[in-house]
Parts: sequence; structure tokens; C-alpha cells
Amino acid sequence: MKLTLVTGLTGLILLATIVELLRRRQLREKYGMLWLGVLVIVIPLSLFPRLLDNVAELLGVASGVSLVLFLGIVFLLLVCVHLSWEVSHLEEETRTLAEDFALLRTEIDADRAARDELVRTDG
Amino acid sequence: MVNGKRVLIIIPAFNESGSIADVVGEVRGELPGVDVIVVDDGSADRTAAVAAAAGARVAKLPYNLGVGGAMRVGYRYARDHDYDVAIQIDADGQHDPRYVPKLVDLLDETDLVIGARFAGEGDYNVRGPRRWAMVMLSGVLSRVAHTKLTDTTSGFRAANRRVIDMFAAWYPVEYLGDTVETLVHTARRGYTIRQVPVAMRKRMAGTPSHSPAKAMIYLGRAFAVLTLALIRR
Ligand SMILES: Nc1nc2c(ncn2[C@@H]2O[C@H](COP(=O)(O)OP(=O)(O)OP(=O)(O)O)[C@@H](O)[C@H]2O)c(=O)[nH]1
Ligand SMILES: [Mg+2]
Repeated sequence: MKLTLVTGLTGLILLATIVELLRRRQLREKYGMLWLGVLVIVIPLSLFPRLLDNVAELLGVASGVSLVLFLGIVFLLLVCVHLSWEVSHLEEETRTLAEDFALLRTEIDADRAARDELVRTDG
Repeated sequence: MVNGKRVLIIIPAFNESGSIADVVGEVRGELPGVDVIVVDDGSADRTAAVAAAAGARVAKLPYNLGVGGAMRVGYRYARDHDYDVAIQIDADGQHDPRYVPKLVDLLDETDLVIGARFAGEGDYNVRGPRRWAMVMLSGVLSRVAHTKLTDTTSGFRAANRRVIDMFAAWYPVEYLGDTVETLVHTARRGYTIRQVPVAMRKRMAGTPSHSPAKAMIYLGRAFAVLTLALIRR
């Protein structure tokens, strides 16, 4: 009973945090939806940990709780992979930005040099 | 100048080299004295070059940001160059620039004017889940905005200075954010919204961004985006 209280409360606090972050526009829609989806699965499980016992038995896992732990770790790994992918993407974008910036600067410098040259020959 | 107002036409374009020249040409022909900026959103084709040759000012983004990202560039340009009115027009030629003076006129009493299909004029038809999504969006958004809105995802809209200032500082890049969320945000901040019936034409070239297979997903996402927009502040 105590355990259910602890896990259930944790789930609800997480849910409230994510909804509030979304409300304040601190989370992009895609991540918000992902975490809300996860909580929809996690909260019932935290209240009724025996829920997956049947599925666990079918898969040859001793108890539903171990199955949840296993799935949880797999999910977290997937999230890590996804974040690495996002970071790679961001690095590629900042690289493009830096290149654009450098190219703009050479163009501006060339323009300025040409203008100075014109002023010198005229005056 | 349209009716004494300085007007900027903002055209977000992504791989539209087949139609952008005609669209820019038509706008400049029908509306002499307005400025046109094409925001090329990292197109892989020659959209930027073609638009510039047709006489538009071009802002070329280094990579694709989505319609919302492109539009904020346009609104920032409008704010920085002190335009009275900013009007968004699609690059595929579906919007008829001859409606622009009508939209601009309404901006005297209204802050944001939407050129809407399904409002009597023209014969643009949509069926299936996409239609259900549109019905849901227009039902809820009409209530939020206290006015009848039949085409909430329309990319044909005119903004006055107050809305330009708001959009220049805040414009979502998220999916459907550029249409649905901006409407909720605008209405919630006390600005007035009105729609004007417009006839919609067929796209001139290229392919539409939505396929029938994606319609069901579209409905789900529209619902999610709408819910999110309503709980957000
Ligand atoms: N900036 C930017 N513009 C885009 C992007 N995708 C589409 N657009 C532009 O948004 C406008 C509308 O796109 P469409 O594909 O015609 O979408 P739609 O009008 O809602 O759908 P259809 O009825 O099928 O034409 C056009 O001007 C496109 O060039 C993008 O990724 N970035
Ligand atoms: Mg279109």
C-alpha cells in the first residue's frame, strides 16, 4: 500500500511537471507529447504493478515488475539515442550557420575594401 | 501603398521554383507600390534566384525552419522596416492577390484578417478526416476568437502593426502552430480577428505537402495542437 502511494505520487508529480512545462512553452510539442504518452502508460502501472504479470508470464519473465524494469531501461536507451541524433543534427546546423556567417563577413570586407579603394583613387 | 498604407507581402516558399516567378509577377502587377519579400526556407531548387529575378526581395534561410520560422523572418522584416500591414501569401499561386485591398481595408477595424475558403466564394473542396479536422478547428477557434472562422489553416492573412509587433517577437515553428496556435494566441491577447471569403485556385506547379494517407494523422495532430494551444498561456 505504501509503495503504491510512493510510485503513484511520483507519476502524478511527473505528469504535473510536464503539463506545466508545456504550458509555459518550455518544451517543444514533440517532446511534450512523447513524455505525456509515457506517463499515460506509467501511471496505471505505478498504481497497479501487477497489471503486467500475465504478459510477463507469457514472455517467460518471472514477474511483471521485472518486465517493467526491463522495458524502462530499453526505453531510456532509445531516448538517449534519439537525443544523440538530435545533437548531431544541431551541430550540423550550427556549422552551416558559422559558414554562412564567415562567407557574409568576407563579402562585407570585400565590399568595404572596394569602396575604400574607390574613395582613395577619387580623392 | 494600398489605401494609404505601406504594405509588405510575405511569401514563404519551399521548393517552389515552378510557381514563385508567376506569383511574384502577379502580385507586383496587380498591386503596384507594395513590397514583396520571399522567404526561401532552405529550398534545394532555384526558388531564391527565380524569386529575385522576378523582382522580389529574398531572404534565404540556411536550412529549413518550417513555415513558422520563415514567417517570423518576414514579420521581423516588416517591423524593422516600419510597414503598416504585412500580408502572408502562399508561393503556390493558390491565393489571388486581387483580394489584398479587401483585406487591407478591413484592417481599419480588425487586427488580423484571414482570407478564407469555404466561406461562400470559389469551389475548394476537402473530404474525409481532413474535413473533420477543419470542422473541429473552426468550431473551437470560432468560439475562442468570438467570430465565425471557417478556414483556420488558411495561409492568406493580413496583420496590422500591433499584430506585426507581436508576431515579430513570437511566432511558433511547431506543426500547425503557424496557423492554429497563432490564432488562439492573438485572440487571447485581446486582438480582433475577422475572415473574408476568398476563392482559392489550384496550385500552379509542384506537389501539395499533404497526401490523403496522412489525413488521419493530420486529424490526430490537429487535435493535439489545439488542446495544447488552449491550455498554453
Ligand atoms: N517556409 C516554408 N514554407 C513552406 C514549407 N512547406 C511548404 N511551405 C509553403 O507554404 C505554402 C503552402 O504550402 P502547401 O503545400 O501549398 O500547403 P497547403 O496550401 O496548405 O495545401 P494544398 O491545399 O495541398 O496546397 C507554400 O507557399 C509553400 O511554399 C516549409 O517547410 N517552409
Ligand atoms: Mg497550397
